[in-house]
Amino acid sequence: MTTTLTPPPVDVSRELYGAQLPTWGPRAVIAAGLLGAAAAYAVGANLLEAALVAWLICMVLPLWSAAVEGRRKATDRLVTTLVTSAFALAMFPLFSILWTVISKGSKVLSAEFFTYSMRNVVGEGGGIYHALVGTLLITGAAAVISIPIGIFAAIYLVEYAEGNRLSRWIRFLVDVMTGIPSIVAGLFAYALFVLFFGEGVRMGIGGSVALSVLMIPILVRSTEEMLKLVPNELREASYALGVPKWRTVAKVVLPTSLAGIVTGITLSIARVIGETAPLLIIVGTTDSVNFNLFNGRMASLPVFAFASQRNPGIPPQFSIDRAWGAALVLLVIVMLLNLIARLVSYFFSPKGER
Amino acid sequence: MAKSIDVSDLNIYYGDFLAVEDVTIPIAAKSVTAFIGPSGCGKSTFLRSLNRMHEVIRGARVEGKVLIDGQDLYGADMDPVNVRRMIGMVFQRPNPFPTMSIYDNVLAGQKLNSKRMKKTEADDIVERSLRSAGLWAEVKERLDRPGSGLSGGQQQRLCIARAISVEPEILLMDEPCSALDPISTSVIEDLIHELKSQYTIVIVTHNMQQAARVSDETAFFNLSGVGKPGRLIEHGRTETIFSNPTDSATEAYIQGRFG
Repeated sequence: MTTTLTPPPVDVSRELYGAQLPTWGPRAVIAAGLLGAAAAYAVGANLLEAALVAWLICMVLPLWSAAVEGRRKATDRLVTTLVTSAFALAMFPLFSILWTVISKGSKVLSAEFFTYSMRNVVGEGGGIYHALVGTLLITGAAAVISIPIGIFAAIYLVEYAEGNRLSRWIRFLVDVMTGIPSIVAGLFAYALFVLFFGEGVRMGIGGSVALSVLMIPILVRSTEEMLKLVPNELREASYALGVPKWRTVAKVVLPTSLAGIVTGITLSIARVIGETAPLLIIVGTTDSVNFNLFNGRMASLPVFAFASQRNPGIPPQFSIDRAWGAALVLLVIVMLLNLIARLVSYFFSPKGER
Repeated sequence: MAKSIDVSDLNIYYGDFLAVEDVTIPIAAKSVTAFIGPSGCGKSTFLRSLNRMHEVIRGARVEGKVLIDGQDLYGADMDPVNVRRMIGMVFQRPNPFPTMSIYDNVLAGQKLNSKRMKKTEADDIVERSLRSAGLWAEVKERLDRPGSGLSGGQQQRLCIARAISVEPEILLMDEPCSALDPISTSVIEDLIHELKSQYTIVIVTHNMQQAARVSDETAFFNLSGVGKPGRLIEHGRTETIFSNPTDSATEAYIQGRFG
C-alpha cells in the first residue's frame, strides 16, 4: 500500500494578502483636501493658505496608510504624495502666467490691434502690426542664418570629426555658448555692427545676428543628438552599396533624422522669439512699420511690450493693455511653434515599426 | 560576372591592435566559402576587409594584399566606393532604410547614387531582385509600404535583394541568419544555393550545420587567447574540413568540444 505524503496546507491568502486601503482612499483624501481648502477660503484665508490647507490634509494619506497597511506601503504613498505635489507646484507658475496673460491681454485683441501700427497714436487705439512684422522678420532672418550653420556644424561633429581635437573644442564652446546671457549676444551684435556702420547703429539684421548667436548652439546640440540616434548600421548599409559618404549623409542620415531636426529648429525659434535684451540694444523700437531689415529701427513684440509698460504715457492704462496684448500674441506664437514641432515629429518620423 | 579573390599575408589592425594575423586564402569564383570559428576570432573583421568596409571604423587599417581577379583591392588608385559597388554585403542584423518603401529599398543602390533610369527598367530590377531573393510573392502587393514593416526574415531577404540589385560580382554575408528563425534560415540557404551560379559568395556563420549545408569551401579561424590576434587555422573543401580536418583544434571546434 502506498501513502502519499501531502505537505500541510498553506493558507495562501494569509501569506500574500495584507490589509489595504480601499481603492477610493486616495481620491477621498484629495476630495477632503479640496473641501478643506474651500472651507478655509470661505472663512477668510487667501488662496495660498487654502492651498497649504489642502496639501496638509493630503498628507493624512501616508499616516492613514501607515496605520492600516504597514510601513512599506506608507513610504510608497508618502513619496507618491510628495512627487505629485512637486509636480503641482511646478505647474503652478505656468498656469498662473497663462491665466494672467490671457485674462489681461485678451481684452485688447481686435482686428485693429493686428492691422494698425502705433504711428501717430496717442492714448486709445493703435496696434501691434509693426511689432508683429518686426518680430517675424527678425526671427525669420535669424533662422535663415542659424539653420544652415547649426545643421552643418552638427553634421561635421557627428559624421566627419570622429572625435578629433577640433571637434572636442567645438563641442565645449557650443556648451559654453548655450549658457551665454542674451544681453551679451546683443552687445556682441552691436559691437560687430559698430565696426561697419559706426556708433549708434540700429538695424533689424543686427537683432537677427544677436538671435543667431543664441540659436546656433541650441541647434547644434539638438541636431547632433538627432544624428547620433541614426543607427550606424544604416550608414554601413549605404556604404556597402557603394554610396559615397556625402550622399549617405544627405540621403540616408538626414532623412532618417529629419523629424527630430525640424523639431529642434522649431523649438530653438520658440526659444529666441521672446528675447528682449539683445533687440533693445541693436534694433531699438519704433512706432512705425519698417519692412527693411537693413535700415533703421524696427519694433518687435517683446520690446514693444517692454516699452509700452515702461513709457505708458497719460493715461497709462491703454498702453499697458497693449503690452499685455503683445505678450499674449507672443505666447500664442510660441505655443503654435511647439504645436508645429509636435505635428512635425509625428508626421515626419519613419513609419513602420510603430 | 563573379570574380575570384586572392588574399595573401593579410594583417588587419584596429589602431595598434592586431586583430587578424597573416591570412592567406584563395577564394574561387562562383563558389560559396564559409568562415567558421569562435566569437572574436576575426571572421567578420576579415570579411569586412574584403570590400574595404573595415576602414569605415576609425583607426582601422590593413597590411597585405587582396587581389580581386588580379587587381589589388588596396592599391593606391583603388576607390573604396567603386570597390563596394562591385562587392556587395549583407549584414548580421537586417538594416532596411526606414525612410524608404520596399520598392525604394531594393533600388537604394541606384537611388542613393542618383542614377537615372526609366520606370520600366526600375520595375524590372525590383522584380528580378526580389524574385532572386525569394521575396517577390510575399511583397508584390505592397511595394510602396515601408521596409521596416516586414518581419525579420523578410527584412533580411529585402537586404539581400538590395545587395544584388546593383549586380555586384561578389556577395559577402556576415552571419545573415543569426537573427532569424529556422524557416527563414532555410529560405535564405536555398537562396544562397541559387545565387551561387552567378556570384562568388563568402559567408560568416556560427552555425556549423549551415556551413556544412551551404558551402563548397570552409575556412576555420581561431585565436590562441584573449587579446591575441585571430588566425586562419586551415581551409579546404567543406567535406574534408568536416570529415577529416588536419588540425586538432578544427576537429574539436566542429565536434563541439571547444570552449
